[in-house]
Amino acid sequence: MSLRIVVCVKYVPDATGDRHFADDLTVDRDDVDGLLSELDEYAVEQALQIAEEADDAEVTVLTVGPEDAKDALRKALSMGADKAVHVEDDDLHGTDVMGTSLVLAKAIEKVGYDVVIAGMASTDGTMGVLPAILAERLGVPQVTLLSEVSIEDGVVKGRRDGDTASEQLEASLPAVVSVTDQSGEARYPSFKGIMAAKKKPVESLELDDLDIDADEVGLAGAWTAVDSAAERPARTAGTIVKDEGEGGKQLAEYLASQKFI
Amino acid sequence: MAEILVYVDHVDGAVRKPTLELLTLARRIGDPVAVALGNGAADTAAALAEHGAVKVLTADAPEFAEYLVVPKVDALQAAVAAVSPAAVLVPSSAEGKEIAARLAVRIGSGIITDAVDLEAGDEGPVATQSAFAASFTTKSRVSKGTPVITVKPNSAPVEAAPAAGAVEALAVSFGALATGTKVTARTPRESTGRPELTEAAIVVSGGRGVNGAENFAIIEALADSLGAAVGASRAAVDAGWYPHSNQVGQTGKSVSPQLYIASGISGAIQHRAGMQTSKTIVAINKDAEAPIFDLVDYGVVGDLFDVVPQLTEEVKSRKG
Ligand SMILES: Cc1cc2nc3c(=O)[nH]c(=O)nc-3n(C[C@H](O)[C@H](O)[C@H](O)COP(=O)(O)OP(=O)(O)OC[C@H]3O[C@@H](n4cnc5c(N)ncnc54)[C@H](O)[C@@H]3O)c2cc1C
Ligand SMILES: Cc1cc2nc3c(=O)[nH]c(=O)nc-3n(C[C@H](O)[C@H](O)[C@H](O)COP(=O)(O)OP(=O)(O)OC[C@H]3O[C@@H](n4cnc5c(N)ncnc54)[C@H](O)[C@@H]3O)c2cc1C
Repeated sequence: MSLRIVVCVKYVPDATGDRHFADDLTVDRDDVDGLLSELDEYAVEQALQIAEEADDAEVTVLTVGPEDAKDALRKALSMGADKAVHVEDDDLHGTDVMGTSLVLAKAIEKVGYDVVIAGMASTDGTMGVLPAILAERLGVPQVTLLSEVSIEDGVVKGRRDGDTASEQLEASLPAVVSVTDQSGEARYPSFKGIMAAKKKPVESLELDDLDIDADEVGLAGAWTAVDSAAERPARTAGTIVKDEGEGGKQLAEYLASQKFI
Repeated sequence: MAEILVYVDHVDGAVRKPTLELLTLARRIGDPVAVALGNGAADTAAALAEHGAVKVLTADAPEFAEYLVVPKVDALQAAVAAVSPAAVLVPSSAEGKEIAARLAVRIGSGIITDAVDLEAGDEGPVATQSAFAASFTTKSRVSKGTPVITVKPNSAPVEAAPAAGAVEALAVSFGALATGTKVTARTPRESTGRPELTEAAIVVSGGRGVNGAENFAIIEALADSLGAAVGASRAAVDAGWYPHSNQVGQTGKSVSPQLYIASGISGAIQHRAGMQTSKTIVAINKDAEAPIFDLVDYGVVGDLFDVVPQLTEEVKSRKG
């Protein structure tokens, strides 16, 4: 039987752009270019490597996001994924992590899976919790934040480098995996890959297709509320000196004046 | 007063500093009830009582160490059922966030992660979060269920506030998912003798400009003269010059010390995401145009191989 891999990828505003909030305190997506979250490229890469190792595998990339999120799917397809699923619905605007995970879980069940692979965190929300919530919702093992991962004979193994220890983990499929940016450099799409991606299927789903009510998601259905967002005041311009041989001493003088020494 | 559940991060009974900071925040919104799990759980009680815990719920079982995350979620859920708290606070470690998130979905609550401050509000606790590499500050709250909030290290002072801290055993039964992911081996991180990166008052970091693993000795010497932790940029980590556990930034640790000293680091947005909230920022870089200089309180344009050793000597001689 074919190994069914579903990779969750997020479309995010470019971190090097001028990111800010819209009037309703959701992420402003109009003024900044979007792209496939760089950290999800690592998830796509590991999925492709696992698929290459397996005799028979199919890699589906899945996103929940606005129309333009198709760009993220195309990028993943051009890296080598087989097909894509895009959950897109106006009612999704402003969905929090509980709503997003609900939609992803339902879509994953609809697509069918043996393993779900996600990134360590998105580069905009940066919560780093969605894979754990997915595992809870799907009722399968969570094998997350792996710097090394392999799948053999229906068992996923990997290394998780934690705060106080490095752990070797093991679980039976089906399971939810997430990988870090230490898991291995992601490949660049080849010209051939980019051309091939144009012909790969992208399935669009709406909330109705997943039996989700509009009031379970979106800003109104969120279980969290953002009351205000303020730009952090720019740091006041500091003193900058050029080292003419005394730079280290001048710096020590400054640190002493601030009572650090 | 309402009880606030505080999840205790400890190593064999030694309570880690972020948990004591959580107790300070918990006391602003209610009476802290601590939950300590695993080996040494009962040994945490004295430190927790000293910092305001009215009660300490403890549980130990082999499952906590042998399986990933879920046994701890089962226990925390049992504590929620026993206490009916007004909020649940968890330290923002990678594991803490996962425990909190699974708990939230189980008890039908919203979750806020990586709060940097917390205060009481009319509609429940109000959390402050930093967004977009700390260029924005938001105020948010959980609008459904019992608020579950994870809090970053260095978000509040540690305060002595002696309370009863009565130890009570927490009865936990593990669900079917608890044994899903087995931990087959564990290698504890070796201690360097330096302060913990996320907890340190001073962090001294080196980047690509340090130009080699052996040169990190210069950064370490400065750190040691100041009693600081050592950090590194991803460029330095990717080059294999310093361990990933010391990486500062979006995919490394996020630090918020009193003083951050960056040497040979350009100040890319992903690096800034992990250090921009530091109180005082100092940089040494030979390129006067490096973006890091936009952040600094004090900057030296110069070669780090000249400036850093001179600074270290000066610090040592001033400290006597
Ligand atoms: C600054 C900011 C702060 C926020 N804070 C909160 C908060 O405290 N509480 C809250 O409930 N919501 C919050 N949100 C909303 C939340 O980010 C989104 O709902 C988001 O879809 C899920 O969280 P994340 O992106 O942080 O996921 P993470 O947990 O960081 O994502 C991990 C992985 O999950 C997968 N993934 C995430 N989103 C998608 C998607 N849409 N489609 C496919 N795969 C995906 C990717 O593989 C990703 O690498 C915040 C958003 C922003 C911009
Ligand atoms: C998704 C994603 C996540 C990322 N996460 C992180 C992260 O967590 N942490 C992180 O740091 N980066 C992260 N990055 C990488 C980040 O974009 C930068 O590439 C990285 O921070 C650069 O490191 P650097 O400043 O050391 O190197 P460079 O940008 O190469 O800067 C080196 C600096 O050293 C100076 N220099 C050189 N020689 C000397 C000398 N002798 N004396 C003084 N100055 C000297 C140079 O002028 C230059 O400014 C991430 C990137 C992405 C895409």
